[in-house]
This record gives sequence, C-alpha cells and structure tokens, in this order.
Amino acid sequence: MISAVAAKLRAFLAFWYDFVVGDDWRVAVGVVVALAAIYGVSHTSVAAWWIAPVAVVVLLSWSLLRVVRRT
Amino acid sequence: MNGGALFVAVFLACAVEAVEATTIVLAAGTARDWRSALIGTAMALVVLAAVIVALGPALSAIPLRSLRLVVGGLLLVFGLQWLRKAILRASGHKALHDEEAIFERELAAARAAASDRRFSVPDWYAFTLSFKGVLLEGLEVAFIALTFGTNQHDVPLAAVAAVAAVVVVAAAGVAVRAPLARVPENTMKFVVGVMLTSFGMFWGAEGAGARWPGSDAALLVLVPAVAVLGLGLTQLLRSAQQPVEAPSAVVS
Repeated sequence: MISAVAAKLRAFLAFWYDFVVGDDWRVAVGVVVALAAIYGVSHTSVAAWWIAPVAVVVLLSWSLLRVVRRT
Repeated sequence: MNGGALFVAVFLACAVEAVEATTIVLAAGTARDWRSALIGTAMALVVLAAVIVALGPALSAIPLRSLRLVVGGLLLVFGLQWLRKAILRASGHKALHDEEAIFERELAAARAAASDRRFSVPDWYAFTLSFKGVLLEGLEVAFIALTFGTNQHDVPLAAVAAVAAVVVVAAAGVAVRAPLARVPENTMKFVVGVMLTSFGMFWGAEGAGARWPGSDAALLVLVPAVAVLGLGLTQLLRSAQQPVEAPSAVVS
C-alpha cells in the first residue's frame, strides 16, 4: 500500500520535473542563478538587463556543446 | 508586444502541441475505437478547461512583478529547451520529430493491447491513450496561453489563438485521417523557442528588477537577436561535426 503510494508520488514528481526542468537541469539552474544575479545587480547603480542576454548565449551554447561532445 | 505578436506566439505554440496530441488520438481511433478515443479527448479537454478556470483568476491576483519573475523564469527555461532541441534536430545531432513514425509506433502498441470495457467506454485503452495524450500536451499549451495572456492583459486574445490552433490542427487531422507529417514541426518549434526565450528573458529580468533600454521596444531587438543566435548555432553545429542523421531544410 505504502509502496504503491510512493510509486505514484514518484511518478507525479517525475512528471513535473520533466515538465518544468526538461532534458538539461543545468539550464534551469543557470536561469535561476541569472535571475538572482539580475535581482542583486538591480539594487546597485549598475544596469542589470544585460545579464539576461549574456545568460541565454552562455546557457544555450554550453548546453548544445555538451550534447555535441557526447555524440 | 502587440496583439498580433501575442496571437502568433500562442497560436504556434498551441499548434505544435496540437499536432502531437492529434497523432496520438488518430492512432487510438484508427487502431482501436473512435468513440472511446473521442470520449478520452473530450474528457481531457474538460479537465484542461477546469485547470484554466482555476488557474486564470489565481494568476490575475498575483502582483505583476512577481508574476513576471516566476513566469519569465519558467518561459526562459521552456524556451531554451525548445530552442536547444530544434537546433539539435536542424543540425542533424538529433533525429527529426517524425509524426509518421510516432503514429506507427502508437498504432502497433494500440493493436497489441487487450480490449477492456469500463463504465460506458467501449475501449478503455483507446480512452486512456487519448486522454493522457491530450491532457499532457494541453497542459503546456494552457500554461503558455494563460501566462502570455495575463502578462499582456489580454487573456481572451490568447485563448482565441489557442482555440484557433487546436481547431485548425484537429480539422486537418480529421480531413486527412493520417499523421500530420507535412507540418514543418521543427521550424514551428524553433520559432516558438525563439519567442519563449525572448519573452522569458524580457519578463524574467523585469520581474527581477532590471529596466530594459527602450522599455517594451527592447523586444523588437531581443526576438531577432535570439533568432540570429539560434540560426548561427545551427550553422556552427552543422559545420563543426559530421551529423548523425542527414538534416533536411534549415529548421524544417
């Protein structure tokens, strides 16, 4: 009974992990880090908007590079 | 973002997911039982409508800045994943999404499964296959339509775009009674990936406290810049390594 509930819970969490995070968890972590950096920098006198495009270029290139190196 | 851009972004995202859902429903209906497959589809649409009705007002109640931070972050993650897959497919490092092959696979699995009548559904397998397919593909569509609509204060237009996409794809599926293999799915995924990444970047950064130069006009630079980045990376990957599978068009 408990193992059946645990299996359903695992399947439920696995679905949401796959739905939100997808194939590369590093991209999701990178987005969170970038948004945190923007939040931090926006409280200073320095403009923070540029962090978002830089993060996109770095995260996308890095993620693709990892796949290409594997194939 | 004007109404046209909102409509196009939501329409394309919904159309891509609708093509995948249609393939599953067609396989369930063709191999098993059309009535059960259609009941499963209808039930999934009812559940999706309930999710939208429950989530819609909840999203409108969240302060815009917090909403943009969370939604922007999620859209950015979704967008980068879509773009990554589309680039890998277009450059030959990942097999193209083949609706015909998926249809054949689902068809074989459906034919092999045992028949079982439950409640008033003649074929439970066809029902669950359609129900799961439509619900899972529809969840992402509902999220995109709701968040785009809420952020742009135009949920009705986003809803119209979503419904229009589903109707067009479903009508095409019914007309040909075959997988929609000719739909340029990877190109659509690439475009949607570009849109999600650009809007995710814009809203996420704004929600985190950044101020974009030119305010909303920054999107006019972000969207083409992300598209150029995606196309550039596609070309780079194509020339950097011998592909595992011959690609077709640039992003087709």
